[in-house]
Amino acid sequence: MKLPILTTCAALLCSAAWADEIWVTNEKDDTISVIDIETLEVVRTIETGERPRGITFSKDYSVVYICASDSDAVQVMDPETGEILHDLPSGEDPEQFVLHPDNRHLYIANEDDAITTVVDTETRTVVAQIDVGIEPEGMAVSPDGKIAITTSETTNMAHWIDTDTQELFANTLVDSRPRHAEFIKDGTELWVSAEIGGTISVFDVATQTEKAKIDFEVANIHPDRVQPVGFEFTTGDTHAFVALGPSNHVAVVNAETYEVEDYILVGRRVWHMDFNRDRSQLFTTNGVSGDVTVIDVASRKAIKSIKVGRFPWGAAFRPTD
Amino acid sequence: MRRLALLAGVFTSIFGCAVATDAAAETEVVIHYIKQEVAPPPTLSNLDPIPEDLGLRGAELGLEDNITTGRFLGQSYELSVTRVPEDGDFVAAVEAALAETDLLVLDAPADQVLTAADIPAAASALIFNAGAADVALRADACRANVLHTIPSYAMRADALMQFFVKRRWTEIALVEGERADDQAWADTMEASARKFGLSFGARKTWAFDADMRRNAAQEVPVFTQELGDYDVLLVADAADDFARYISFNTWQPRPVAGSEGLRPVVWHRVVEQWGAAQLQSRFTELAGRDMKDRDYAVWAAMRAIGEAVTRTGAADAATLREYMLSDAFELAGFKGRPLTFRAWNGQLRQPIPLVHERALVAQAPLEGFLHQRTELDTLGLDEPESGCSAFGN
Repeated sequence: MKLPILTTCAALLCSAAWADEIWVTNEKDDTISVIDIETLEVVRTIETGERPRGITFSKDYSVVYICASDSDAVQVMDPETGEILHDLPSGEDPEQFVLHPDNRHLYIANEDDAITTVVDTETRTVVAQIDVGIEPEGMAVSPDGKIAITTSETTNMAHWIDTDTQELFANTLVDSRPRHAEFIKDGTELWVSAEIGGTISVFDVATQTEKAKIDFEVANIHPDRVQPVGFEFTTGDTHAFVALGPSNHVAVVNAETYEVEDYILVGRRVWHMDFNRDRSQLFTTNGVSGDVTVIDVASRKAIKSIKVGRFPWGAAFRPTD
Repeated sequence: MRRLALLAGVFTSIFGCAVATDAAAETEVVIHYIKQEVAPPPTLSNLDPIPEDLGLRGAELGLEDNITTGRFLGQSYELSVTRVPEDGDFVAAVEAALAETDLLVLDAPADQVLTAADIPAAASALIFNAGAADVALRADACRANVLHTIPSYAMRADALMQFFVKRRWTEIALVEGERADDQAWADTMEASARKFGLSFGARKTWAFDADMRRNAAQEVPVFTQELGDYDVLLVADAADDFARYISFNTWQPRPVAGSEGLRPVVWHRVVEQWGAAQLQSRFTELAGRDMKDRDYAVWAAMRAIGEAVTRTGAADAATLREYMLSDAFELAGFKGRPLTFRAWNGQLRQPIPLVHERALVAQAPLEGFLHQRTELDTLGLDEPESGCSAFGN
């Protein structure tokens, strides 16, 4: 029994010394696939609780938080050893979460309960539970930490939470099945994707009003199948890369003009994504094809597919120095 | 009808703008669900009893969903329920409901849907048919005040035929029951098979009166021997009476589809993709059982109303109907794409899952079946063939 552990440790140290990583949760395998960014290969597979989806590292990368949805827990893992340190009370069926800039509070969407749970990761207690719409999913916190957002898939809203009072102060309608939210441009803009609506709504944060709506049109694919889900921004928030679900494409959106500039063919049912350190490469999770597509950001081309586990869902970057 | 119309100016402010948590004006939406109780015909097996609360639980879940959304917008929802006994006065029940609201969800046979739609007080109402799959209701017997959230038999038959085309199961035989609805289902499947260019062979009526639980193994091989050769055997058994005894007992070792084996359904517990697992678990928590076809159709009617109220801020039948039939309307129905209404006959477009008891096999429309408007219109009556003129087209 001792030998395999030693081998794993040795491999770990090696990878730690050499290259950064992308961590991918495999929803139907109850595992995480760790991709070495240098070799673009899976170097580790780590077991998790049931149905892992949302994944995020602490600000200092000392621990990784994993939404183990069917275990009704947020697991806290040591990324070096892959050992689960402890579970956080998360409410039922945690799907997505976001770590507050204070590196201490997790805002968790409880999909089955129409609740957003705020957990203190230090005291491991629930600080607040906020009633939101049905099937909360997308989560975001403004850079100054004052506003948290929950999007609810069936209620079709972005709910604006005041993080001082932990109460809602606005609810804004978006198109059908909002999935993901991000603050950009120093927290002045909020983007919300609507999967079934096929759009991204851009909000002015100060007034909570919609200032733009982005539509997508992929050649030869019916608009019904063009379903924006996860998205991330390039350095300086100039462009967004938007996963378009079952259309199997990622869109490149100019974040100034709100025009779509490119569509990149990737794996099937593209879901979430994360960048490498200098944001020159993007890694997308493709749920149905069970792989990760690596996109070269400068040329906007897919350069490699990496086989991971079944139904990859979330992706998170981990520096190893 | 209790309703509080907002001012037009307030409507526009709802679109894309911040809505105060404590919205000043309250829009109250009352929906009346009427279920006509129908005695199920006797069946050979009692293994799968029809739930007493079939349909009703879908209404309750839809109500909950609407209430949760409405509370952020100052919109409230109320559900009234009337269950009309087998020998009850259906017309009186509909009239009483119409005195209260002009939004009705009906879970009733086709002739009663028409009866309800033709009551004078219903002329300005909006009625949802969540129970009758009869093709005629979407064709020459359509009514302008009736929208259909349950798919027609034609939509389900077309879904199945697309699968056969894809798999190249081109030779089809059929066994049907003796009841009128068995024959209607069989006729629809045969017409659909011909539409998709499949070869329709022998068609036999199941006329045994023995207890098939005891001797299906002896009877079915002989009965199906006369069908000759075929790729797939369709069974039309609307009441779920004998179909379960056909599988594995056919003379030819062939798959069975239709009312048994591979079934085109509205909804089934095996549908898990497209976020459906969430709807399933919310339903199971509420009802203590799996969500079934009728539950889904009633839920979809409730949610269609909710979605239209959310987007328009209105609660009156005329505004909601107009919005639902417009291009702006779309319902997230957990079937992988937005659901919309056909403007020519009021049918809710929707994908049709093809399932067996343990898994989803495929979901129609299948890849490769194209349509100039939307692939969903490869299922059921398309505009040129519907023969419905009530929608002014």
